[in-house]
Amino acid sequence: MAWNNVIKTFILSLVALTINSSLWANESAEGAHNEEKPFNVNEMIMHHIKDAHEWHLWGPEHGGTSIYLPILLMDGGLKVFSASHFYHGTPGYATLEKNDEQVSYMIGEGPAAGYAMYHEKIYKLENGELHFHGEHPSGAKPLDLSITKNVVFMFIVALVFLLIMFSTAKHFKKNGAVAPKGIAKFTEPLILFVRDDIAKANIGEKKYKKYVPYLLTIFFFILISNLLGLIPILGANLSGNIAVTLFLAVCTLIVTVLSGNKHYWAHIFATPGVPKALLPIMIPIELVGILTKPFALMVRLFANMTAGHIIILALVSIIFINKSASWGALSVPMALFISVLELLVAFLQAYLFAMLSALFIGAAVDEGHHEEHAHEAH
Amino acid sequence: MYGSIAAIGAGLAVLGAGLGIGRIGGSAMDAIARQPEASGKIQTAMIIAAALIEGVALFGVVVGLLGGNPA
Amino acid sequence: MDLVLPDFGLLFWTALVFSILLILLAKFAWKPILGAVNEREQKITEALELAEKTKTEMKAMQSQNEALIQEARAERDAIVRDAKETATKMVEEAKNGAKLEAEKVMSNARDMINSEKAAAISELKNQVASFSLEIAEKIIRGEMSSDEKQKALAEKMAADVNLN
Repeated sequence: MAWNNVIKTFILSLVALTINSSLWANESAEGAHNEEKPFNVNEMIMHHIKDAHEWHLWGPEHGGTSIYLPILLMDGGLKVFSASHFYHGTPGYATLEKNDEQVSYMIGEGPAAGYAMYHEKIYKLENGELHFHGEHPSGAKPLDLSITKNVVFMFIVALVFLLIMFSTAKHFKKNGAVAPKGIAKFTEPLILFVRDDIAKANIGEKKYKKYVPYLLTIFFFILISNLLGLIPILGANLSGNIAVTLFLAVCTLIVTVLSGNKHYWAHIFATPGVPKALLPIMIPIELVGILTKPFALMVRLFANMTAGHIIILALVSIIFINKSASWGALSVPMALFISVLELLVAFLQAYLFAMLSALFIGAAVDEGHHEEHAHEAH
Repeated sequence: MYGSIAAIGAGLAVLGAGLGIGRIGGSAMDAIARQPEASGKIQTAMIIAAALIEGVALFGVVVGLLGGNPA
Repeated sequence: MDLVLPDFGLLFWTALVFSILLILLAKFAWKPILGAVNEREQKITEALELAEKTKTEMKAMQSQNEALIQEARAERDAIVRDAKETATKMVEEAKNGAKLEAEKVMSNARDMINSEKAAAISELKNQVASFSLEIAEKIIRGEMSSDEKQKALAEKMAADVNLN
């Protein structure tokens, strides 16, 4: 049965991609009239994995069907307007000094007047244009709190998360302490997995209870972001965005530092078993070590999710690079394989983030077993 | 030219990570064969170690990506 | 490069959304869910303990029952044995009694027979005696009917006396 489904999915995706690519072929035929740029894989992928002020649904990148999202600027008061004022604004052109490459940006119109958008970033105009210094515009950036694609996606993730967990909670509230049913049957094993195999196993029997809500929230937030992010069109690369992973890693850092007991700090400022003379070297290393752990957490999640999106997009792009649907026979199974692998990675990364967080917290609240071992060793 | 050098960098990162994760996997298999009853703990430790190596490898990939996209 | 440079706006929204999520979930989801799960686990543990306790109790009761049965069996055996003994004894007694009675009856009968016999004999004797007397009288009468005969008798008696 499962094999049948795989074959069915494969054929369906092949058909879908064939249709898609024929559409694409039409467009590129039109594009030939308009002297459009050739298909640029790098640009397309980067556009997909980065944040944007529009939700691009289908069609060519410029002029396709998109939902324009609201822009919130803090620049002498809050300014709220639709991103369409940028996307449908007038293009401006500039030449980079470095390699004489011509770049284009969009000058805002209407309420967006006085601003320009270049690579999804908003700059203030200077004398009606952007001046480039090196590769970036030199103009000042207003504080941009826009509801971008990732923010909208994050709202969706939060909504899904709340719906799932509230209905689980409702089930238990209504029925009391009984065997799970419905959605609770799905969420309860995961919750117990986080509680027992992540929190209890790494923090310790005595102190894990306080950290379970945090670990559960972080685990499910990453898991739902990862899984929903894999859905084409509907998904955004939220957990593969450095700002999101930075925030999550900082949360873990704060929790770890705040829950560090005297053994933890003693381990950093007076590492047992290390000669006093070495302490001036050891202390900075240990202090940097506090930061490198969450830094690795941040980069791991960001790089894993981004790399997954890049690989899937690159494999699908094979069709468009060769401009032939028959390449789908190669690219679709490969993309399917990576997509299935990404499902595993989605779970694995959520597990790893939560587990390593628990490990760091566990090291911070550990009741100095290491010192005992050190004494035994002497 | 950027792209190709970045690709070599990413390839080297993948090579290192492949070797490292391969060794971890092999050792874990050995350990599980020797002590099948401890397979759960060994798997957890294996995944953690593999994830740490993967993290380092992805540093390499990210740096390669940045090399390929000097935006 | 902006791939690895965190965007402030997204950072702000992430912080906001995540904090709200953490607070809402901790209060309205994790607390009731974990509470219910803990309660259920406790219930299960208690139920298991109870089952274990009941099992040991059952075992104790079973051994007690066994002992009771053993005792009852022993008692029953004793009763049966007693009953058997009593029965044999009674039978024996009855037998002995019967024997004695029979003997008594027999001896009585014998005595009676003997006395009857004796009576009969004595009566017979008396009758014989009277018969003999009558006979003797008749004979004597016949003997003494003539002188000659009286003389012959006297002679005969005298002869008998002589012989003595």
